[in-house]
Amino acid sequence: MTPDRPGPDPRRPDRPGSDPRRPDQPGLDARLVVDRGGFRLDIALTAAPGEVVALLGPNGAGKTTALRALAGLEPLTGGHLRLDGAALDRTPPESRPVGVVFQDYLLFPHLSALDNVAFGPRCRGASKVEARKQAAAWLDRMGLADHADARPRRLSGGQAQRVALARALATRPRLLLLDEPLAALDARTRLEVRAGLRRHLAEFEAVAVLVTHDPLDAMVLADRLVVVEHGRVVQEGTPGDIARHPRTDYIARLVGLNLYRGRADGHTVRLDAGPSITTTEELRGPVFVAFPPGAVTLYGKRPAGASARNLWHCEVAGLETHGDQIRADLTGELPLAADLTTVAAAELGLHPGTPVWATVKATQTHAYPA
Amino acid sequence: MSGPRGGARTAPLPLLLPAVAGLAFLLLPLIALLVRTPWSTLPDQLTSTEVWQALRLSLLCATSATVLSLVVGVPLAWLLARTDFPGRGLVRALVTLPLVLPPVVGGVALLLAFGRNGVVGQWLDAWFGITIPFTTTGVVLAETFVAMPFLVISVEGTLRAADPRYEEAAATLGASRFTAFRRVTLPLIAPGVAAGAVLAWARALGEFGATITFAGNFPGRTQTMPLAVYLALQNDPAAAIALSLVLLAVSIAVLAGLRDRWMTAS
Repeated sequence: MTPDRPGPDPRRPDRPGSDPRRPDQPGLDARLVVDRGGFRLDIALTAAPGEVVALLGPNGAGKTTALRALAGLEPLTGGHLRLDGAALDRTPPESRPVGVVFQDYLLFPHLSALDNVAFGPRCRGASKVEARKQAAAWLDRMGLADHADARPRRLSGGQAQRVALARALATRPRLLLLDEPLAALDARTRLEVRAGLRRHLAEFEAVAVLVTHDPLDAMVLADRLVVVEHGRVVQEGTPGDIARHPRTDYIARLVGLNLYRGRADGHTVRLDAGPSITTTEELRGPVFVAFPPGAVTLYGKRPAGASARNLWHCEVAGLETHGDQIRADLTGELPLAADLTTVAAAELGLHPGTPVWATVKATQTHAYPA
Repeated sequence: MSGPRGGARTAPLPLLLPAVAGLAFLLLPLIALLVRTPWSTLPDQLTSTEVWQALRLSLLCATSATVLSLVVGVPLAWLLARTDFPGRGLVRALVTLPLVLPPVVGGVALLLAFGRNGVVGQWLDAWFGITIPFTTTGVVLAETFVAMPFLVISVEGTLRAADPRYEEAAATLGASRFTAFRRVTLPLIAPGVAAGAVLAWARALGEFGATITFAGNFPGRTQTMPLAVYLALQNDPAAAIALSLVLLAVSIAVLAGLRDRWMTAS
């Protein structure tokens, strides 16, 4: 994120129209600062109408706190929150044009699916008949017309997720928040629900922010990812960008890359961690180098005649199956992950503690400025 | 639920003997009541005007006291469970005080507050001509004083166990805190409220000390079942037994009503 982005002084109380540049700028413009007993969340978040932004990060990074702050369930210690030009910092949650799909949906167990969805319109002033009519239309859109009378406990995980989405959308929010929208589902339902959710989010005309620790969910559902670690934004960009150019170990692990930081001098990158890597890119200054575990070749003995470039002496720290491959976790000269076939692993007689030589071709590494 | 269920292991005697003695002690009086019941004259006893008068008054007052407890006790429980204010611990202690206070003391305290010359009572009398002690209203107040803590404690416990995030979900849908309470929280805690109400009702039905102190013992006006039992014991023991039997039946009915909630709990 760009902390020096020109904008309203965060120390000044926000008033609608206090931004001298674009007083009625549609969409979300927020800097969320929440101090809570030793943990500090401080992230800037902007999004245009129609955009789906995913907050991606490990557990405890502050994603859910950010979502709760956007919804008004967690008071801001500082920063600002503006939606379609109107300041919301001091607005109580019930008066914000914000809809939330909670992680475990929190459908009201004593109300039918229809009345769950009608709850919002009813609270916002619609008559009982009108609210139910709207709710029925939403359920119909979600393909749940047959389940209108069902209590939440009789719904499957996927159905409950759609009812929760319908309930949040029925208030016609200008900001839709989804907290781990697929986390409560089993793997099979997830696939199907993810596709449905993607369709509904694409149709949604206002800003949608979703929180997830699952990179696949984030990449499928969001137009833009904001990676949060330790309460701060560490990287931001399109899913493709982030997958190709991870800037932290967390993201590299998520997208399955070995990632190192170092200083480039031409084709050689001296890593902060020790050895050097030869790359195809010619760069100078601080860089990241990344390569996939599949690009690594392992040898039991030092390969004869091989050049000493990108050859490291390591030791197997752990092994696990990864799809139809074996992933070896290596420590030593260069800590890295390597993928190899089950046969290759058997031939090398790999087990924790086995010494190995690892190489990677320069053409399979990828360096980019840090 | 917890621990292995081994049928083979027998309870050690130092535990078993006192346990059986305790059980016998609890059951014996009830058995004695049934043994000595004058079953042949029972129908006559139960259909006498005095009995019906006392029973009707008891049911009326206990129900009124329960309703009153619900109206003020549920919000009080919500305040204790869901808000944070200075001195909340003290307030909770004060709310539970009537649970341990001898009811007679409660009656005396009520007299000092609502009696003709009481702190509040003198103004009620002077301004509105309202006298509370030694009236049916007095009975209801005395029973409410003693019974409401049961309801408050029960509802507060249920509220604490209920997921407050449902209220947050309601808020994001546009519900004010009161709407969220009325339309979401209350339905969710309804079983706990019902249990608390039954408990309070049973306590109100058996109330004796505070009632006789604050409201006196006037047949048809303030003489509830427990007072009638006490009075009958002096001059007509058979009637006292019959009345006691009725109260026992009501208690068993209450227990049966709560069976699912408590008898099977943990």
